[in-house]
Amino acid sequence: MEHLGRIGFSEEQGDLLEVATSFCREKSPMEKVRQLIEDERGYDPEIWREIVDLGWLGVAIPEEYGGAGLTLGEVAPIAEQMGRFMLTTPYLSTVLAAEALNAAGAADQKSLWLPKIVEGAVATLALVEASGAWELETIEAHALAEGGELVLSGEKRFVLDAAAADAIIVSTLYEGAPALVIVETKDLPSGALRRETIIDETKRSYALTLDGVTVPASALFDQNRTLAALAHLDLAANLLAAAEMVGGSQAVIDYTIDYLTTRKQFGKLIGSYQALKHPTVDAFIGYEQARSHLYSAAHCFNEQGTGEIAVRMAKSEACDALSYAADRSIQFHGGFGFTYDCDAHLYRRRAIWHASQYGDAAYQRRKLADLLLG
Amino acid sequence: MSAVDEKELQEFAEGADAWFRENVTADPGFMLPLTFMEVGTDQQFEFLRDWQNKVWEAGYLGAAWPKEYGGGGLDQAFQKAATEAMRRHHGPIMLNAIGLNWTGPLLLDMGTEEQKKKYIQGILSAEDIWCQGFSEPENGSDLGNAQLKAVRDGDDYVLNGSKIWTTQGNYAKYMILLGRTNPDAPNKYAGLSFFLAPMQVDGVETTPIRKLTGEYGFTQTFFTDARIPADCLMGEEGQGWLIAMRTLEYERGARGGQAGGYVLTPLDAFSILDLAKRATRNGEPALDDPAMRDKLVEFLIEAQGLNLSQQRGKVPALTQDRPMALALSGKLQWTEFARRMNEYAMTLLGAQGGYYVGDENAVDNGLWARGYLNAFSATIGGGTSQIQRNIIAEHVLGLPKK
Repeated sequence: MEHLGRIGFSEEQGDLLEVATSFCREKSPMEKVRQLIEDERGYDPEIWREIVDLGWLGVAIPEEYGGAGLTLGEVAPIAEQMGRFMLTTPYLSTVLAAEALNAAGAADQKSLWLPKIVEGAVATLALVEASGAWELETIEAHALAEGGELVLSGEKRFVLDAAAADAIIVSTLYEGAPALVIVETKDLPSGALRRETIIDETKRSYALTLDGVTVPASALFDQNRTLAALAHLDLAANLLAAAEMVGGSQAVIDYTIDYLTTRKQFGKLIGSYQALKHPTVDAFIGYEQARSHLYSAAHCFNEQGTGEIAVRMAKSEACDALSYAADRSIQFHGGFGFTYDCDAHLYRRRAIWHASQYGDAAYQRRKLADLLLG
Repeated sequence: MSAVDEKELQEFAEGADAWFRENVTADPGFMLPLTFMEVGTDQQFEFLRDWQNKVWEAGYLGAAWPKEYGGGGLDQAFQKAATEAMRRHHGPIMLNAIGLNWTGPLLLDMGTEEQKKKYIQGILSAEDIWCQGFSEPENGSDLGNAQLKAVRDGDDYVLNGSKIWTTQGNYAKYMILLGRTNPDAPNKYAGLSFFLAPMQVDGVETTPIRKLTGEYGFTQTFFTDARIPADCLMGEEGQGWLIAMRTLEYERGARGGQAGGYVLTPLDAFSILDLAKRATRNGEPALDDPAMRDKLVEFLIEAQGLNLSQQRGKVPALTQDRPMALALSGKLQWTEFARRMNEYAMTLLGAQGGYYVGDENAVDNGLWARGYLNAFSATIGGGTSQIQRNIIAEHVLGLPKK
């Protein structure tokens, strides 16, 4: 078969994987994760600062804008370890916004925003409509030129990290075609953002009302490159989601094993019962498979055709792997698994969240069917 | 081994390529076994024995085994090139699987000079077929509990008991045999010994086992006061379990020294795609059915995942948390995948899925139905999938045994 990915692992990926593993492990113990769930902001600004200082915001940003000039393939191991230790910051949102700028921003927008992002400005994407369409070119919000300005209308859903963001990149229809517009949050009228209650409580998501929002005409991205940018963002978001879920799968399997090797019933460690042992092995194999797909997707991300197939396979497998591993983790923790105190539900919620955004496993497979089977 | 002469290697590879192109028979006129466990007729046996002999004589089997015992005395890279050529031209399997993958490497590793001289060449030429006698009717997964009695009597051992799932047992000249020499040993493993036992002696009888496919390939082997010379003992009494475990490592390729070739037709995980494109179901192309499409994509993702995991296994930085994981889960994953893939193939065929081998209207001569039923030989043999899960759980995940 043509256009199938393969494993490759760069020295930079190796270094970042190592550093990210120890950083996330140290900065994000579960007590901290729990504490941040209760926190309105949802992340620790000091950790954000440290991430900025590590240069992670600029990993995939071109060198001319102060970044390292690498690719999302090098962001993947960072996202994987963040997912593993549930270290939550606006990092992934900001990386995706930078990808949008890089893909379709005008030259002056890039030179204004990309260096700021490298320095720690927070940015995010507002691409999802009330319809919940995963095809990102299905857009209902509008931008209308009026007296040298753009008047926006409509509503966006699931805008991650919007309250923390300095800028939000919004998809709209302008003169009948998809257009990206960058909105500075300081220009938003009060009440434009409403925090949404979402299933993954470690993340912060907002509905954004665009009615009454006006931005300068210079906020418009290069419209000729917008469709390509949306296709790119779809894959980028799915790659990073897959990475977070692969990391999460490893963590929840370890968490389950920990319980199976300490909890006793009927005088025996419950991990000795095959009814628990075998599904745990199946969960583990699912994780191993998903991880192989992830690092193929990371390696082949920028290859035409191959990248899309690899990413969709990775997202689909990561969704299934984390869903199953976390579902069984809840069950195998028995009564404790039914309590809020057990961490298993955090991972299960994470999987549901990522399945809901940018297309679940069945959707990815449908796209793959068209790509692979014609 | 000295450094490989690249030019010499390339010439060898080109020679092998040309040889297999010329010598692989496209259609022998009857169905060839896909694995060494499916040799069910004399016609198949004779064909494959001749084929292996021919490959060996051409220098493309045992190329890396020592010259003095019948090998080619070359570097392993030469054999690898020959095996690749064999695969590229879809050559039939090598028949003498137990000899090539188990006995041969064992003898080269720890056999005496005399044993090497006596056995190795016959293994390569397929003149001496070997079989394996580990499993017993009452001791399948629990191999260490093997009960076949081997009692020393003068210059002989006297064997009593029975072995099952003896592949090519009715054709074999020798058996590698696990027998109990000491029923009173401190534990079940310590009482076992390992023999290179001749099959053509009084008191050894084989009964063919008819498989669920309706075909043959295995026997049950009965030993009734069968006498074998005492020098058939490999190593010393009580070392049987150790040697058997070492032998399993050769099979996994862990110690190198493979004769080359393959004894199982390599599974092309993507062959299902080709079938899906041809298949009709309910009177329409199978791939017009969204449910069939979704399922097929699941298989393609899984097939690709298996390939990728093999590649990832070679990147230490991506396996460091549990380094044994990918190696130990391969058998479980591949065999279960093959079983489910063949099962799905039959559903792709709709009404045609009801045909079996032998009917003129059977798609691909009934290969998929037969493949599905035969796939259980791999999910059950060599440690069932359930035992594999125990192994992974205990050795990779650290879950308690009891």
